[in-house]
This record gives sequence, C-alpha cells and structure tokens, in this order.
Amino acid sequence: MLKVRNLKSFYGYLQALRGVSIHVEEGEIVALIGANGAGKTTLLNSIAGIISSKKGQILFKDKDITHFPPQQIVKQGISLVPEGRQLFTPLSVMDNLILGAYQRYKRKNKDNIEADLDRVFHFFPILKERRKQLAGTLSGGEQQMLAIARALMSKPKLLLLDEPSMGLAPKVVKEIFRIILELQKEGTTIFLVEQNAKMALGIANRGYVIETGRIVIQGSSQELLGNKEIRRAYLGRGYKKVWE
Amino acid sequence: MSISSQLLQYIFTGIAIGSIYGMVALGFNIIYNATGIINLAQGEFVMLGGMIMISLTNVLKLPMVLGFFISVGIVTLIGAGFERGAIHPLKNPSVLTLIIITIAGSILFKGGAMFIWGKQTYSLPPFSSGSSVRIMGAYLSPQTLWILGIMVAVMAALVFFFNFTIIGKAMKACAVNKTAAALVGINVKLMVLFSFALSAAIGAVAGIIITPVALMDYDRGTMLAIKGFAAAVLGGLGSNIGAVIAGFIIGLIESVSAGFISSGYKDAIALLVLLLVLFLKPSGIMGSLEGKKFKK
Repeated sequence: MLKVRNLKSFYGYLQALRGVSIHVEEGEIVALIGANGAGKTTLLNSIAGIISSKKGQILFKDKDITHFPPQQIVKQGISLVPEGRQLFTPLSVMDNLILGAYQRYKRKNKDNIEADLDRVFHFFPILKERRKQLAGTLSGGEQQMLAIARALMSKPKLLLLDEPSMGLAPKVVKEIFRIILELQKEGTTIFLVEQNAKMALGIANRGYVIETGRIVIQGSSQELLGNKEIRRAYLGRGYKKVWE
Repeated sequence: MSISSQLLQYIFTGIAIGSIYGMVALGFNIIYNATGIINLAQGEFVMLGGMIMISLTNVLKLPMVLGFFISVGIVTLIGAGFERGAIHPLKNPSVLTLIIITIAGSILFKGGAMFIWGKQTYSLPPFSSGSSVRIMGAYLSPQTLWILGIMVAVMAALVFFFNFTIIGKAMKACAVNKTAAALVGINVKLMVLFSFALSAAIGAVAGIIITPVALMDYDRGTMLAIKGFAAAVLGGLGSNIGAVIAGFIIGLIESVSAGFISSGYKDAIALLVLLLVLFLKPSGIMGSLEGKKFKK
C-alpha cells in the first residue's frame, strides 16, 4: 500500500533522513520505533507532505506522491495525527471534527458526514459529550482522542500516528491503543511512530527501528521484541541503568 | 448651537468615520490572521472602491446598487490579483519581505489611481435623498445611518461566514494552526488568496459608503490605512470585535478633538492613540482575551 524508497529529507542544509526505505501493506499495523531525534517524526511529516525538501520516492497504491502538497495527500487517503496533536484549540470539538472532513465538504459529499461523526463518537464517546467545548479546554487524553478522531473524519485508508502515547497516563494510553486495534479490525491500515516500543510492538504486526535517519532493524513484532539490539536501539547506551 | 448639541454632532460624525476605521481594521485583521502580515495596501482598496464607484455611477451613469456591487467585485478581483501576482509566487518569504511588498503594492495602486483619475477630488451623491434628522440640536444625516447600517451588515456577514460556513471555518483554522490546517486537507495558499479578496471587498465597501460624506481622491488611502491600523492595534490585532470597537473609539476621539481643540490636530491624535497603545498595552483591548489564550 505504502512504499517509501530511499527517502532523504532535509531541514535546510541539515539532512534528517539518510535513505529510508519502508513499506506498509494493506490491513497492517506497522510500528516505527527509535530514540528522540532519530527521524521518526521527520519520516511521517515527509510522507504527509509537510516537509517538502526531500529526495527519493513515496508510492501510495503505486502512485508517486513524493512531491504532492499536504492537501493532495489527504485526498489520496493518508491522514496524519501529528506530534503534539496540533488541534484548532480556540475552535469547538465539533468544528475540529468538521474541519477533519473538509475535503469531502468541499466536494459536496456532505450526506455521509453525519454517519462519520457517529462513527468517531462510537470510538470516542467522551467527544460527543464535549462536542460544544473548545478543543483547548480538553484534557491531554481527550485532546489526543480528538486528534485521532479529526484524522478519521477524512476517512483515511492509511492512518499515520505520531507518538499517540506522549504525555498521557498509562490508562489513557491503553485505551488509545485498544482503539487503534479496533480501527485495524475495521480495515484502516496504520503506521505508528512510538518511543514506547513495548506498547507499539505489542499491537503491531511488523516493526522498524530507526536510528540517526536510517532504518537499522526490521522484522515482525515478535522478532523485534525478542531482539536484544532493539533495547539498545531505542533506549540508547545507558539502558542498563534504567532496566537493571 | 449649545455645547451639548455640538458634542452630539461630533459624536454622529465620529460614529460615521469610526465605522470606516473599523472596517479598514477588519481588513487588516483578516489578512493578518491568514498570513501574519500587515497589508499596507489596505487603504488603497478603500480608495479604489470609492474611485471605481464614482466612475461607474457619475461617468457611466449606472444605478447606485449595481455600481456598488460591480465596484466591490472589481476591487475584490484587484485584491485577489495582487495576492496571485505579488504574494503567491514567493517561496517561504519572511513576514518583513511580504510587508515591504504590500508597501510597493500601495504605491503602485496609488500611482495607478492618479494616472487614471488625476489629482482632483471627487464626490458621490448620498445613497438616499432624505434630509437630515434633527436630534437635540444636532443633525444626523441619512448617510451616517447608511454607513452604520452597512458596517453592521458587514460585521454580521463576517460573523456568519467565519462561524457557519466551511470555508470560513477553514480560514479560521489557518489562522490558528497552519500545519494542522494543511494536514486536514485545507489548501492554505488558497485561504491566503481568499483573505486578500475578502479584505479588498470590505475595503471597497468602506470606500464607497464614506465617499458621499468625506469625498475621495487618489491619495486618501494612506491616511485611512493609518487610522485603520491604529484601530486594529488598539482593538488587538486579529480580534474583529476589538477592531470595530476601537474603530469607534478612534473615530469619536478624532471628531470630538477636531471640534473642540482644532481640526488640524485630528490626524495627530489618532497617531497619539496608536503610540499610547503600543507603549501601554501592546496587545490591545481585546487582543489578550481572544488570541493569546490559546495561541502558542
């Protein structure tokens, strides 16, 4: 479904990705793990079109989307839940969700938007309760849920999640991961970026480990969870102090 | 005339001129929210609105209402063309670059207007021919009511647009968070185009309704832009309610001081207000309330 070939991304003169190749098949959950600054977010932002300075190739359903602007990529069926949620905080929860369906609104496909609202409210009942509240007044967990719900409103075939567990209580993280699994069952393909490798590999089919802009290890989740190198890769050198 | 009826007279004048400043400030806000820049050609949109209306109704003899909509339409296209020609082609420009471009645009529009219409001052007949109403010794002209009414209508239309239409919400979303707006599939550059078109339209409306009371010439835009900018800053950049309130405040201060002190000082007083706001409360009267609460 998604193929990234030898992708190199740049921030000005600084190269953040040094030839990354990954692929995500339809119906999978694929996890990308790595330490801070390894290039996880850069990879997602490159796929979503926010970073335009890049070389290499990104194919989605065999279509070259490497140099598409973000709104075109959303139109193809890829939706990113960005790092730090990036909600429209002074707008209501409802407006955030409606803007999530902006592309379809524009194409006068308004009829099934109600159905989609019901669908995301089914996943996140709390948002229905809070729909008139301003997004900025929600708790961290609710904001993360709204960010995911907003991305779902564009009916993505591929959902990119950037550290959905960041800054949240363990209970909320569990809830969010449960919903991610549910989404997969409903047929959404998921590419998940996480620092919380145990959690991420716990629900993923396959995983990649990224280090300083390169993919260093890949394999099935079981393989990766059993791999000693993985601990070194995502914990860095001092892991013994943390774990033992 | 007694002092109280004089004061009332100045208040009527202040409300009329204040509505115009408020509308110019709205124009500043819309572009500021979408792009973060101050469009210094805003005053020229006002001037062009008035001048084109004059040509359409006085020279081409079009009816008032038709002329009104055609003039607003033409200025809207000019605003959109300005964005497409001068703002859109730049890749990752800095805010300062863009502001300097708008200065260039302002000079260009002014020069073009002088070339077309010359340096004369033109006038328009008032929208309705009724005589002024006398209230406690002061005269309230029908045009003042037109100005106030149209300003309220524009404000109401804007509130509706930004809160109840998807394009309006999308423009608001761009103002709040451009990255997130792009991620939900909003074409941010298109919203910038809309913002220029919209504020050109509002500017044109302001220019058309003020011409019957204040006259219009090619050079009128700059001062209107400065006063409107003072109103935008006093109201808190980005706050539309603040812009309208501040427009009235500046209009009233200006006309009362022109009446009781000297009309020679009225421009200086608006600028003095601007300076005082920048010294004492740079976020403006509504700025901290609406914007800063949620913006990073």
